[in-house]
Amino acid sequence: MKCKVCRGPAVIDLPRHNANFCADHFLRYCRNQVERVIHDYAMLTPGERVLVAVSGGKDSLALWDLLGELGWETDGLYVGLGIGDYSDVSGGYARRFAAERGLRLNEVDLRATYDFDIPTAAAVTRRVPCSACGLSKRHLFDAAAVDGGYDAMATGHNLDDEAAVLYGNVLRWQMAYLGRQRPVLPAGNGFPRKVKPLVRLTERETAAYCVLRGIDYQVEECPMAAGNRHLGYKEVLNEMERRSPGTKSSFYFGFVDRAVDLFAQEAWSGPSGGVGFDDGAADDGGASGRPLGHCTRCGAPAESDLCAFCRLVDRAGGAQPVPVAPPRRRS
Amino acid sequence: MKVLLRNPRRELDVAGPISVTRLLQQLDLNRESVLVISDGTLVPGDATLADDASIEIRPVISGGEGPGR
Repeated sequence: MKCKVCRGPAVIDLPRHNANFCADHFLRYCRNQVERVIHDYAMLTPGERVLVAVSGGKDSLALWDLLGELGWETDGLYVGLGIGDYSDVSGGYARRFAAERGLRLNEVDLRATYDFDIPTAAAVTRRVPCSACGLSKRHLFDAAAVDGGYDAMATGHNLDDEAAVLYGNVLRWQMAYLGRQRPVLPAGNGFPRKVKPLVRLTERETAAYCVLRGIDYQVEECPMAAGNRHLGYKEVLNEMERRSPGTKSSFYFGFVDRAVDLFAQEAWSGPSGGVGFDDGAADDGGASGRPLGHCTRCGAPAESDLCAFCRLVDRAGGAQPVPVAPPRRRS
Repeated sequence: MKVLLRNPRRELDVAGPISVTRLLQQLDLNRESVLVISDGTLVPGDATLADDASIEIRPVISGGEGPGR
């Protein structure tokens, strides 16, 4: 295979674009996709400071690298989730990435600060671990972005993530979540602006970007995510993509460009709540339609006296820690 | 050739030479879900993998939900 641009030896084939690229032109392709989506959806304007949600995985490190390459002023935030060795290794990748590039990485450790971890929270609340994890990360990233005076909070959600979320929300007709599944959510009501600059890149592309840029990342899967619904949706979509390249992009961008506004009336009135996936989380900024006030303890947006995160802290904080184990799921 | 797979981590012996596309078919893997790395270098679907090559098939699907991936 030859590079579509220079006719040199290709290192990657992208069936959805009917194109192959050498290393240099693939990296340029990735930068162009991110630059384009930031412009097209007015995610950021020059001079703005961006807080990047960093996990140590391929997407968040690729995002941090790409935003830096494109000239944005960024800091990172890593949340220690307490998922045994997996969290220890992930944090190491995030710290090394930042140190090698002279970037600032802020950290919050759930166990040290709130006296619980994700395995324990999942056990105490009897919810799937991804629910407690998503709730905690959303709360802590939102708070850090607002408190730190950042203009936007950037997450590494890629095309596969967004297509899988959309697929799940359509299957279950989650109208409120559908109404706010956009690449950018404006700031307001105590939430920061949230942007997803990787939505034009697939997971395979962000992984290839890391390999070609020499970015070491956590390859192993989170032990608590094994078998979750989100992964199942991705498998289904990738099988469709294999048979018909471009399906995921058409599905997601067709929705964003032509259909999301049809669900706007269903969306929660606040501008920037959860990520928009029915994961069963008792989250603020969710789909209840209740007006938002502020948490009497931490000041975060809340649908009742206490925000969902503070309620989680009340239930899980100080509980007897449980070991990391794959969650039991309904078959 | 030695083929390293992940999640769970394991190693297979596969006879070469063989194309990347054929190897993925043999292992029943969707190329949308993996990268193939030969002796540290990313390779496309039509590349031929030598019998003495060291291959990593790296999954690219990550799960979970929420910001920070």
